[in-house]
Amino acid sequence: MRFYLLLLVMAGVTYMVRMVPFVAFRKKISSPVVKSFLFYVPYAVLGAMTIPAVFYSTGNMISAAVGFICCLIPAYLGRSLITVALTASAAAFVTQLIMHFI
Amino acid sequence: MLQRSRAEFLSGIKDSVPIALGYLSVSFGFGIMAVSAGLSVWAAVVISLTNLTSAGQVAGLSVITGGGTLIEMAIAQFIINLRYALMSISLSQKLDKTFDLPARLTASFGITDEVFAVASGRGKEVSKYYLYGLILAPYFAWALGTLLGAAAGEILPPMLKAALGIAIYGMFTAIVMPAARKAVGVLTVTVIAAALSCAIRYIPVFSGISAGFSIIICTVAAAAAGAVLFPVKEEEGGER
Repeated sequence: MRFYLLLLVMAGVTYMVRMVPFVAFRKKISSPVVKSFLFYVPYAVLGAMTIPAVFYSTGNMISAAVGFICCLIPAYLGRSLITVALTASAAAFVTQLIMHFI
Repeated sequence: MLQRSRAEFLSGIKDSVPIALGYLSVSFGFGIMAVSAGLSVWAAVVISLTNLTSAGQVAGLSVITGGGTLIEMAIAQFIINLRYALMSISLSQKLDKTFDLPARLTASFGITDEVFAVASGRGKEVSKYYLYGLILAPYFAWALGTLLGAAAGEILPPMLKAALGIAIYGMFTAIVMPAARKAVGVLTVTVIAAALSCAIRYIPVFSGISAGFSIIICTVAAAAAGAVLFPVKEEEGGER
């Protein structure tokens, strides 16, 4: 029950944020500060959600750290999302295997 | 007229293929993450069917599993998804005459970073048929990827599942890094947000702040700092 209430709020707010301006807005935002703020929001969200959570994402801080550090390389080179993600997973997996056998 | 609307729809479908493929993999990561956090496969898929947003869903997941309140959920989703308002405003200026009210009410549900980028980069007016075509496949790919990821999360051996748990963070990194490399403002904003997020997590005074509010505080503070220190010049807005 609690889940469905949260889901309702989550989906409702997400929809309203997209729908209201699409239906009602007729003017362009001209304030550079507001525009810049909205431009930076995604990066701020992703930064805050990734660090430090990524280090807890595999249940083992060492394998998570290795996975994260390894994926920085293809990410820096601008490789596709899936390539970067699989690099992180593969590096974390190999690290876990090694730790399992020593 | 019918001919033209069909051509527009098909043109939208064609443009949506790369988006759909990308969503399949990102939502796979979300599916695994959701069942790892204790949600059922069904719950994970319903979230994807009703929200269609990666960052918002991951944040929502932490509010759900962290015992957050409805208010917290509402504020978190509002702040995190606020960029869609900007995209909606921008895209609403480019709609053609076919875009009546029912079309605006339905198509707005499917405005994502990638859909916005493709639709607004098309260089001509956007018809409702085109936008429907553009949204359709990514929407179902998003749900299908979640289903596959959640199901895989339930049957995979624990060690493999643990390793896949990091996948969605890898995708987040892949979104941020190229932009941070190009613009010092993006780099600064990301570092500030990450530092604040660590501070809230590890400094005992802040231990009362829940996961959802932590994301809200970090986002608003870091994006505001970026807007003041590195104002963006003529930019259409959006993730890339």
